Amino acid sequence: MASRVVAIIPAGLVAALVAMPLAAVFLRAGGGASLAAGDWAALRFTVWQAFLSALLSCLLAIPAARALSRRRFPGRDSLVTILGAPFILPVIVAILGLLAVFGREGMISQGLHLLGLPRLQIYGLQGILLAHVFFNLPLAIRLLLQGWSDIPAERFRLAAQLGLPAPTMFRVIEWPMLRKTLPGAFLVIFTICLSSFAVALTLGGGPKATTVELAIYQAFRFDFDLGKAATLATVQLALVGTASLVLLRLVGPLTGDLGLGRVQHRWDGNSSLARILDVASITLVGLFLLLPILSVVLRGAAGLADLPASVWIAAGHSVGVALASTTLCIALAVPLASARHGQTVALLGFALSPLVLGTGLFLLLQPYTNPFEWALVVTFIVNALMALPFATRAIAPALEQAEADYGRTADMLGLTGWSRWRWLILPRIQQPLGFSAGLAAALSMGDLGVIILFADPERATLPLQMYRLMGAYQMEAAAGAALLLLGLSLGVFWLFDKGGRYGLEA
Amino acid sequence: MALKLEHLIVRQGAFQLIADFEVPTHSFTSVIGPSGAGKSTLFDAVSGFLKPAKGRVLWQGDDLTNRPPGDRPVAMLFQDNNLFPHLTIGQNIGLALSKRRRLSPAHQDHVERVLARVGLDGMTDRKMSQLSGGQISRAALARLLLQDRPLWLLDEPFSALGPALKSEMLTLVRDMATEKQATVLMITHDPTDAHAVAPLSVLVAEGQANGPFDTAELLNNPPPALSDYLG
Repeated sequence: MASRVVAIIPAGLVAALVAMPLAAVFLRAGGGASLAAGDWAALRFTVWQAFLSALLSCLLAIPAARALSRRRFPGRDSLVTILGAPFILPVIVAILGLLAVFGREGMISQGLHLLGLPRLQIYGLQGILLAHVFFNLPLAIRLLLQGWSDIPAERFRLAAQLGLPAPTMFRVIEWPMLRKTLPGAFLVIFTICLSSFAVALTLGGGPKATTVELAIYQAFRFDFDLGKAATLATVQLALVGTASLVLLRLVGPLTGDLGLGRVQHRWDGNSSLARILDVASITLVGLFLLLPILSVVLRGAAGLADLPASVWIAAGHSVGVALASTTLCIALAVPLASARHGQTVALLGFALSPLVLGTGLFLLLQPYTNPFEWALVVTFIVNALMALPFATRAIAPALEQAEADYGRTADMLGLTGWSRWRWLILPRIQQPLGFSAGLAAALSMGDLGVIILFADPERATLPLQMYRLMGAYQMEAAAGAALLLLGLSLGVFWLFDKGGRYGLEA
Repeated sequence: MALKLEHLIVRQGAFQLIADFEVPTHSFTSVIGPSGAGKSTLFDAVSGFLKPAKGRVLWQGDDLTNRPPGDRPVAMLFQDNNLFPHLTIGQNIGLALSKRRRLSPAHQDHVERVLARVGLDGMTDRKMSQLSGGQISRAALARLLLQDRPLWLLDEPFSALGPALKSEMLTLVRDMATEKQATVLMITHDPTDAHAVAPLSVLVAEGQANGPFDTAELLNNPPPALSDYLG
């Protein structure tokens, strides 16, 4: 088919964009460089915090997902929808919100202080875990909720007829589902947390709480030791690459399109203990997710009026980077989604960490030009590669469906090449296309990763500028910038997603 | 000498269909037989969706065997999904004339005349979701007319319609085919359809396509493979 030929060019481009920086990293690392004690500590800490983050997210998700699967209440569907929001929420915004709730000066600490108790200490491992659970608990809940919805309704009916007591019911119906679903959820979250950078940057640090990604950044920015950065990048590549391969083998590629999960009609859970447990789980999860965001909105509204000019300039950069990244991502994703191997190529983005790619690109550019001048370009390219797996995963099924349903009609009409795209394929993939573009734009808008390697004072994106304001303790301005960034991220997602639904019948 | 299938062997996995017959021009032939016997496979070979393992497909002596589906003198109606749901009737039908974004006034005119012929006058700008099942069938027939190909393959095109609507559509198809002097092959599992519109019938059973037979004769004295199916 012609689309195979079309897919070769973007596939080659993606492979080159990934392979060349990696080659640069390997060459620079030289293979012989050994790891210092601090690097081993970073490696151990990375694995340990990812393990704990995944474990906590999964354990806490069980009661919450169970409650959502068997309780009907006003706002349930909105809550489940909100569970999808952390994915497009800028990390730095969430961290500001978490600080407002759990920080030294946060709501909880103030309360404890009034009671004469010591304030919370958020920095370090506990803060990293808190942020990782904030981002990944919703994902775990949605994965488990899907598992619960997929249990055939007849099993619950049968259990009710047999009069099975709650523990037996859990053991024979729910536990087998959890045994199938939990390992996948755990592995996904573990892998995501391995390449955590922005969280470790803001809440971690120091010899006790440094991840490999953070160590790459420190080698780069503080010591300007490119050899060490390259060695660490190799370590990170091996780590995330291995985890991703295991994930792909055991679980298959992660789909972004989890439904609302239907409510199961069940005949258990009427005891007061079960009710209390369910209400408490849902309330706590709701508060845990909403309070930080709410505090960002409230505090930001005050600071929004007099934002420094630097914030507006950075916002302009961010919008430009996000749009460029979206364009590149979609231009690569559509042809890649139409070819089987294209989807595999697109998955490369999932297995690579942004800082590894960034290090490689820096090494590539350095001999020829001043890499710092390319900060925004490198950022949008890396962002596009990161969003690529999600975009191809969203587009591919619609593309296959269009061909399966209407391919023969199009053949019969002699629709080939561009006219096939124009009349059949683009209209049929419009919705996932809009969704993917929204995802790519929001992810790029909120990304605080590779930009920080390359940034100079003149070229900051909004997340970076916000980070700098936080570092300078200009909390009012940081809060205003956070609200602006939150609005921009959710706004671009909403706009593109809405655009994808334009003209479609309700 | 119209459509000739010459020692044709079509394979699909373990399944094999042998076809060796010809149907005259301007005839209306039903293709009848048990389900799974290979009726659709036969159509796939004639329309170019399946490449035969052996033999040739000839139209008026022209070898079609290696031509792509869009480049054959064949227009086809499938059981469903004949029209793109994201387009209006006019856009759907217009694709038979031009692949451009906008139709020329002459083409536009042509589309409207054909729509009027099938009883859809003034509905050019309707979306597919606003149409009833009967109207969708009519729109699909309109495109068949606009495609202006001499050989029509109809794969149970009206099986989703109720009996009254179906017989109305069949009559319309027969009248249009007569007017256009088209040669029609129509898959059906309903002998009454064959009786109603198709003087000739091809029997597809036990891996073989044979015929054409006189429809009335075939249905009155069916061979064992067909009588088992008809019951």
